[in-house]
Amino acid sequence: MDEALKELGEHIAASLPDEVQAWRVSLGELVIEARREGIVRTMTFLRDDASCQFRLLIDLCGVDYPERASRFEVVYNLLSMKHNQRVRVKVATDEETPVPSIVPVFATANWYEREAWDLFGILFANHPDLRRILTDYGFEGHPLRKDFPLTGFVELRYDEEQKRVVYEPVTLTQEFRRFDFMSPWEGAREILPGDEKATKGA
Amino acid sequence: MAEVQIANYLMNFGPQHPAAHGVLRLVMELDGEVVERCDPHIGLLHRGTEKLIEYKTYLQAVPYFDRLDYVAPMNQEHAFALAVEKLLGLEVPPRGRAIRVLFAEIGRILNHLLNITTQAIDVGAITPSLWGFEEREKLMEFYERVSGARLHAAYFRPGGVHQDLPKGLAEDIRAFCGQFPRFIDDMETLLTDNRIFKQRNVDIGIISQDDAMDWGFTGVMIRGTGLPWDLRKAQPYDGYEDYDFDIPVGRNGDCYDRYLCRVEEMRQSLRIMEQCLERLPPGPVSADDRKVTPPPRGEMKRSMEALIHHFKLYTEGYHVPAGETYSAVEAPKGEFGVYLVSDGTNKPYRCKIRAPGFAHLQCTDFMSKGHLLADTVAIIGSYDIVFGEIDR
Repeated sequence: MDEALKELGEHIAASLPDEVQAWRVSLGELVIEARREGIVRTMTFLRDDASCQFRLLIDLCGVDYPERASRFEVVYNLLSMKHNQRVRVKVATDEETPVPSIVPVFATANWYEREAWDLFGILFANHPDLRRILTDYGFEGHPLRKDFPLTGFVELRYDEEQKRVVYEPVTLTQEFRRFDFMSPWEGAREILPGDEKATKGA
Repeated sequence: MAEVQIANYLMNFGPQHPAAHGVLRLVMELDGEVVERCDPHIGLLHRGTEKLIEYKTYLQAVPYFDRLDYVAPMNQEHAFALAVEKLLGLEVPPRGRAIRVLFAEIGRILNHLLNITTQAIDVGAITPSLWGFEEREKLMEFYERVSGARLHAAYFRPGGVHQDLPKGLAEDIRAFCGQFPRFIDDMETLLTDNRIFKQRNVDIGIISQDDAMDWGFTGVMIRGTGLPWDLRKAQPYDGYEDYDFDIPVGRNGDCYDRYLCRVEEMRQSLRIMEQCLERLPPGPVSADDRKVTPPPRGEMKRSMEALIHHFKLYTEGYHVPAGETYSAVEAPKGEFGVYLVSDGTNKPYRCKIRAPGFAHLQCTDFMSKGHLLADTVAIIGSYDIVFGEIDR
């Protein structure tokens, strides 16, 4: 299985030398890092080439890495029923640079790109209808970004006087707690207050 | 006579409509009774599952999967368990795999029973659902006996399943397998040749193979068009390659063919279940890697090490090596996948849930264009959508 994937990876890299930046086979899955601007070309090739035939866009999603220069990764998971293979294509982008929409190649990308816009704020150029999809009408922010708090910023309730649902800033009776389970005997790397005293002499 | 321009009618359908199968809101443009445009608004059941999972340990993330497609909960857990096992490089013992297959197929029957019967409600038949729910209750009883919960089981865990089958359960499931074909036959007498059911479903919502692929269809939706694609055969997991079963396919890709596929899939599921019970191998039900799966309760009473393992597993959880994987299972509704990114800590860095219903529902505009309003209801019924998984 790995051999076949390696062959396929070589074939794709050789056919699209300008688009494929890197490729690897890890955990039995082929991963291709592609150039953002040429994603439509890459996708069209993967769909139409005789030895690829990735006719199904199974999934498209964003991943947020705030520490990177281009913080977002757009991940495309494709499936070829003909050759019974899968491939994963990734492109990097940031908050401002749009990724070319692949709706002309895969009709199903429409909602997936809307979802990535909604949850991450990733822009897609030439998308026919880039609206929010999962969050509420009039929602602000992009909830799946790592800097968006789990509790959000607003909460809603029904207001008896105004006879409608109102949004209010979220109030918590107790802060959201993240427990630190790292044991000091297992090489904890988190610096706790007072640690400088212990390591000073060493 | 002067030509009169009649404006199209804009209609709001749902989100509180029995035929919307949950909280689907459709904004439709109608020309008389013919659908011109149909814009589904989803997200009314969005609970931020993916965000919540990023803040939970791998074990704590399992119950969220029950709450996605709450009609067949264990099939969702299955995908997550496979993804975590792949990252950990963990092997599930044969008995654990057989139990997983057994309950995944029970989940498939649970799902198809609900879908077929509610599709029948959508086109005007109420009796099948009354019968179907009785059978569903029997199956959920099996869920309850094995995991303690009818719906939110949290039973398939990374490494295997939580506990072994209780005494007598295998025999009762076998007895169920014996009597269930009769129920399917009875239900078919109500629907398969029913005049009204056929009038409402045959040649409605036809989709070609090429379009189905373009729209990312999987599961029954693509098999209904005649393409024999099933992950259990094509990319087998948990030993599906050892079981003998057939993949039913449709011919026309209409609502009626999808119904027929589901009926036949229930029969095939029974076949798999019977084979499971026949050769249920002895042995442990989960991997014995104590850094991932908790020790048995009895051992904890005597062994200090077991007690430490138990404590660590249920507080800190286990650390999963950095990496990423996409693992998918053939859930009753189609391909349910989990794209899991781990950064080496005890919590997932990103967990994208690929729900089959999301892709299917997207196609509503394409499929219902030119159909009557009432046909849209039949088409939505045949998608087999559950909003828990679409809105996540």
